[in-house]
Amino acid sequence: MNEQNKTAEQVIEDYSRRKFLGTSAAVGATLAIAPGITLLDMAQARPADQAASSKNRWGLLIDSNKCATGCDDCVSACFKENAIKEGKKETDSQWIRKIELKDMQSGRTSSLPMMCQHCAEPPCVDVCPTGASFKRADGIVLVDRHICIGCRYCMMACPYKARSFVHEELTDQNPDVPRGKGCVESCTLCVHRVDKGEQPACVEACSSSGKNAMIFGDLNDPNSEISKRIAETATTQVRADLQLNPGVRYQGI
Amino acid sequence: MKIINYREIEGRSSGFLILLAILGLLALLGLGSAHYMEEHGHVVTGMTNQIVWGIPHVFAVFLIVAASGALNVASIGSVFGKSFYKPLAPLSALLAIGLLGGGLTVLMLDLGRPDRVIVAATHYNFKSVFAWNVFLYSGFFGAVAIYIWTMMDKTVSSYTKPAGYLAFVVRLLLTTGTGSIFGFLVARQFYDSALLAPMFIIMSFSYGLAIYLGVLMASYKWTNRPLGDAVINRLKNLLGVFIAAVLLLVTIFHMTNLYFTKHHGVEAFILLNGGIYTSLFWLGQIILGSLVPLVLLYAPGISKSRSAIAFACGLVILGGLSQMYVTIIGGQAYPLVLFPGYQESSSFFDGVVHNYSPSLPETLLGLGGMAIAGIIVTLGLKVLRFLPLSLADSVADPHAK
Repeated sequence: MNEQNKTAEQVIEDYSRRKFLGTSAAVGATLAIAPGITLLDMAQARPADQAASSKNRWGLLIDSNKCATGCDDCVSACFKENAIKEGKKETDSQWIRKIELKDMQSGRTSSLPMMCQHCAEPPCVDVCPTGASFKRADGIVLVDRHICIGCRYCMMACPYKARSFVHEELTDQNPDVPRGKGCVESCTLCVHRVDKGEQPACVEACSSSGKNAMIFGDLNDPNSEISKRIAETATTQVRADLQLNPGVRYQGI
Repeated sequence: MKIINYREIEGRSSGFLILLAILGLLALLGLGSAHYMEEHGHVVTGMTNQIVWGIPHVFAVFLIVAASGALNVASIGSVFGKSFYKPLAPLSALLAIGLLGGGLTVLMLDLGRPDRVIVAATHYNFKSVFAWNVFLYSGFFGAVAIYIWTMMDKTVSSYTKPAGYLAFVVRLLLTTGTGSIFGFLVARQFYDSALLAPMFIIMSFSYGLAIYLGVLMASYKWTNRPLGDAVINRLKNLLGVFIAAVLLLVTIFHMTNLYFTKHHGVEAFILLNGGIYTSLFWLGQIILGSLVPLVLLYAPGISKSRSAIAFACGLVILGGLSQMYVTIIGGQAYPLVLFPGYQESSSFFDGVVHNYSPSLPETLLGLGGMAIAGIIVTLGLKVLRFLPLSLADSVADPHAK
């Protein structure tokens, strides 16, 4: 049935079913692991008519010790989920990329995925003339496709090179992830999935591959896995000197 | 001082029509290119996700900076009370409007969604330097238009001085805003400096006066109106001072960066091993754009030659475009440092110098902006009384015998 033709009752019914499935999955995930240990924090689905809340702050913890050089499962999953053409031209969009690092003193190498860091103080939002770049109450930084004029000032301002400009006409888009020629875009933290109580595609792919280098969760919830890990382990913010308070933290660099 | 008579230029000669035809053709090519870019997307330009601002921005920012500088001649007359400059003021204001019009056209047409320019005028994020600039651009147009009105309409001529003050304040704010577009980019190694605002102001003095002097000499020569040495000498000496001041600011800017170890990489890139950017810096900006013009403007024996002065003005303009290229594109070509102390590599070109070669459409768009500025000025001179009939020494120079 066409989404637009559904009655309100059907939408609610659908939503309840999704919520039930999400909760079941959460219970399943919890039961599958030893009691008291939850590998994945299941995000709670939010009713569609309820605005995102600042009670949550969604974030990621990435353990570069577990992230293998050459593995780009997270990148492929992102491209697939968001219907981004897999290309590596200088004009192609890349919402997430693997960066290989080599310590210039010691020669130690490490590998990590880099994407929008969903800063608490995002420079892209500061510089956007129209307000198209915005931060949702739950910390997810997004671009409003309807008022982005394509000036690319946000790309100049982003310290993480996380944004891409759509240089040509797009085809075969995912209806959940509208994109557009002439607009700027970046990682949405799979907001369409998070709102349904799911994990971002990259995180899901990383755990499916068995590496579990990425944890997604609510940084505002002290009982979430991500918050506990950050409280226990030394983590790094990329360009911490800028004091942007990114929602993405790294371990092992 | 004698009474100054302002007259429209006749604008019927074949030379005038040829000039307009050339400018019109360039403007049409620019507009056509913008349409082509909008149809196909920015993939037809040399711009990428690494070099996000390209040659259109070089032209646009140059024109916008020069626009505020072109108004300086008028400001010296109205704000600083130098009556010698008052006859020169109307052309100065016209050039300011023309150059800003050309620059903004390029900036607007290079947007990914130029059709949404109305959004830029109706949605504001007041923390954005860009949004401030939208107000500064329109404020500048308004202030200069009022200034021109008070200069041309005898019934409101008593307001010329306050209007001149207003325009002066707005032009300073405008260039501060333009410099701050780059100065406020905290993450980029080559920007992130409050010094860019005053540097852009002093650059505007130099570029704007070079264009003013060039246009003044050309229009008097082509309309056979007398233009005495008094005006030329004063303006060319002033231009020399402005060129030297830009050199001073550029030196301080690079010295500051060189003192900070974290900026050594980007400074080495611009000053030593950046290929085209290093060449454009030393050869374009410093030697041809600054040192040679200084010699042409001040060296005994040469500095009286009108051709030498006109040549110097042309070199300052080319030097200014070089400086913009180095600043805007060179600053982006140097890779963003995410992990200081680490060598970075990725599929998104982290850790490597980014390539950029301007394509024909985007270059034509930039040149089109220049042409639009030229058309506004040329037509303005024909329809309104911007130019004194004579600027011979006996008219313009208060000390003339």
